[in-house]
Amino acid sequence: MSQTTFAQALNRAMRDAMTQDPDVIVMGEDVGALGGVFRITDGLTRDFGEDRCIDTPLAEAGIAGFAVGMAMQGFRPVIEMQFDAFGYPAFEQVVSHIAKLRNRTQGKLAMPIVIRMPYAGGIGGVEHHCDSSEGYYIHTPGLHVVTPSTPADAYSLLRESIFSDDPVVFMEPKPLYWSKADLDLPVGTEPIGRAAVRREGADVTLITYGPQVPTALKAAEVAAAEEDWDVEVIDLRTLVPFDDATVQTSVRKTGRAVVLAEAQGFGGMGAEIAARVQERCFHSLAAPVLRVSGLDMPYPPPKLEHTYLPGVDRVLDTIARLQWDDEPDLTHAGAGGTAVTV
Amino acid sequence: MTSDIADLLPCPEPVRFLAPDGTRVELSEQAAARGYAFPEPEELLAVWRAMVLGRRFDAQSTALTKQGRLAVYPSSRGQDACQVAPILALEEQDWVFPTYRDSMALVTRGIDPVGVLTLLRGDWHCGYDPQATRTAPQCTPLATQAVHAAGSAHALDRRGADAVALCLIGDGATSEGDFHEGLNFAAVFNTPTVYLVQNNKYAISVPLAKQTKAPTLAYKGIGYGVRSEQVDGNDPAAVLAVMQAACRHAREGKGPVLVEAHTYRMEAHTNADDATRYRTPDEVDEWTGQDPIVRLQTWLVAEGHLDEEQIEQVRAEAEEQAADLRDRMNLEPVVEPLSLFEHVYAEPTPQLLEQRAMVQTELAGQAASADSPGQDAMEESTR
Ligand SMILES: Cc1ncc(C[n+]2csc(CCOP(=O)(O)OP(=O)(O)O)c2C)c(N)n1
Repeated sequence: MSQTTFAQALNRAMRDAMTQDPDVIVMGEDVGALGGVFRITDGLTRDFGEDRCIDTPLAEAGIAGFAVGMAMQGFRPVIEMQFDAFGYPAFEQVVSHIAKLRNRTQGKLAMPIVIRMPYAGGIGGVEHHCDSSEGYYIHTPGLHVVTPSTPADAYSLLRESIFSDDPVVFMEPKPLYWSKADLDLPVGTEPIGRAAVRREGADVTLITYGPQVPTALKAAEVAAAEEDWDVEVIDLRTLVPFDDATVQTSVRKTGRAVVLAEAQGFGGMGAEIAARVQERCFHSLAAPVLRVSGLDMPYPPPKLEHTYLPGVDRVLDTIARLQWDDEPDLTHAGAGGTAVTV
Repeated sequence: MTSDIADLLPCPEPVRFLAPDGTRVELSEQAAARGYAFPEPEELLAVWRAMVLGRRFDAQSTALTKQGRLAVYPSSRGQDACQVAPILALEEQDWVFPTYRDSMALVTRGIDPVGVLTLLRGDWHCGYDPQATRTAPQCTPLATQAVHAAGSAHALDRRGADAVALCLIGDGATSEGDFHEGLNFAAVFNTPTVYLVQNNKYAISVPLAKQTKAPTLAYKGIGYGVRSEQVDGNDPAAVLAVMQAACRHAREGKGPVLVEAHTYRMEAHTNADDATRYRTPDEVDEWTGQDPIVRLQTWLVAEGHLDEEQIEQVRAEAEEQAADLRDRMNLEPVVEPLSLFEHVYAEPTPQLLEQRAMVQTELAGQAASADSPGQDAMEESTR
């Protein structure tokens, strides 16, 4: 076994897909000679040529719209948005065209486009470099939204995304780019839309994804060691389509659920999950579903990001509010889903 | 207002007064026809002085990045003339719309260097008061300021402010839709906006040839009816003359102007960038011989407008300013965690107040348990 980073796994996924199908092309700002600002496309232009891994002009709307045109003619574009917040200029192309063309043409035009996007914070980046923008995309019918948290999933899900006949917003948790695993590539791929149980547990289900998976696992360890709470951790891996089955099975078993997401909480993925769990598992629940999220504000400057980001303590505080006796006490359940203990 | 296409077209060659070796060159016929005049020696002395101070500031900022005092720093060394001369061409009441690379321009504008570096330091985003300094926050999302400059110029005009809005922008950013929308709005509303494209040849790693097929970026104004010009961006005299003329044109109500300055980014894109991946040392060497400070200084000395003693004086002043910047940047900034909640809305929402209470409780908890691992972080963030 060799050590493989998350970044290497993504690179290899694109390589293998490009080798398999000449219609797979990679496009974006600085993806060529530089290999992308995070080096995820390193060497692709060298090895596949400038027609397969293309440095585009600096225009996100242009990149996305150009990809629409290419997809109309049978290509499978994999486009890179350099950073989460620099995807916003392309928003119109993504939500009005990439997401809707299949529907608008009654199935005649597919949009097999992957929109790769580094997201999330905790890396000391200046403004506009640390957004969690998944909420905008999950709210847009027609898009798949995928976010791996391990090198194996990075490989597997990116390959699946590239060969999906529907558009995929592929959100890469940038704090995990240099995380490693013992892994020999290629690994077999798994279909989009299945969550993974990262840690089994009996007392509470902690549902999370992307950059917060390591936080959840850490919190579960501390909870076991210090509080004797046995936390089951679910890594969603795919936000759309949503794996209701894995989540329901777990919550029915544990009777308690906490959703952890880095994005601002209001109107976000956590709200969707909490509602679904409540609708489907109401009679199994011993406590309300609680959320732990980023604060409802623009992503702050680096010196304050650790106050902003949901950390292990905030997760543990929230788990602690899940009424471990049979007397439900709802007085501390905060609106907006954050732990209010005043 | 209709314009003749000849009025819009840039000079076929970049406007230039000083050759790289600091000698005067003949102005091209077209440039002469536009009425560009060689600036007065005092004006050029002011440009030279600001460039020396600016470059020292830039070097100090690069050094601070290496010491971890700045999260990131995009240097503008080599672009000194484009950073300094346009600012000196402005009047007090004019506005500036800068990007992350325009730190030297903002220092020239008179903004406290610590304030200029606040964004790049990773503290709060805009370290100066935009209204008081008539300088918009440095824009990180590319080209978005191009539209703000058009809107502000229109508003200033309506208020009778007799003010120009200067928008600084890079070559790569001219590919963004916002750049084109900005030019079009500026033209349609006949606003007093001056766009300066600092064509430093690269957008991170992407060379100009992969950015555009236009022979000069200055042509991008023509389609919108915007008067356009190109200038040797490493010739401080030419940049000053062209920018003064552009501001005059805008101020007189004749509409926006687009100027492309041909220059070069001597350093990597930022400290995080590896420029050896996309450009050769030979290319960098070639531009080292075009240094705008050397060029102007050579002319000033040769013409007897500047002597060794004055040079030493300004150098000493630059050293002093750099030392002051170093000292002040070495103080850990006080970052109060609860300041997070202060300016999300004019009035915080009830949800935000709840979250504030949560963070307050967390902080109190951390402070109370002196041995808790959170304590260090807490001290760190509240010091
Ligand atoms: C909308 C948007 N897309 C991408 C980026 C990332 N980015 C930052 S600087 C840069 C290159 C800009 O090049 P140019 O406009 O030539 O200006 P320069 O940095 O050379 O001064 C890129 C792609 C960004 N800041 N904003």
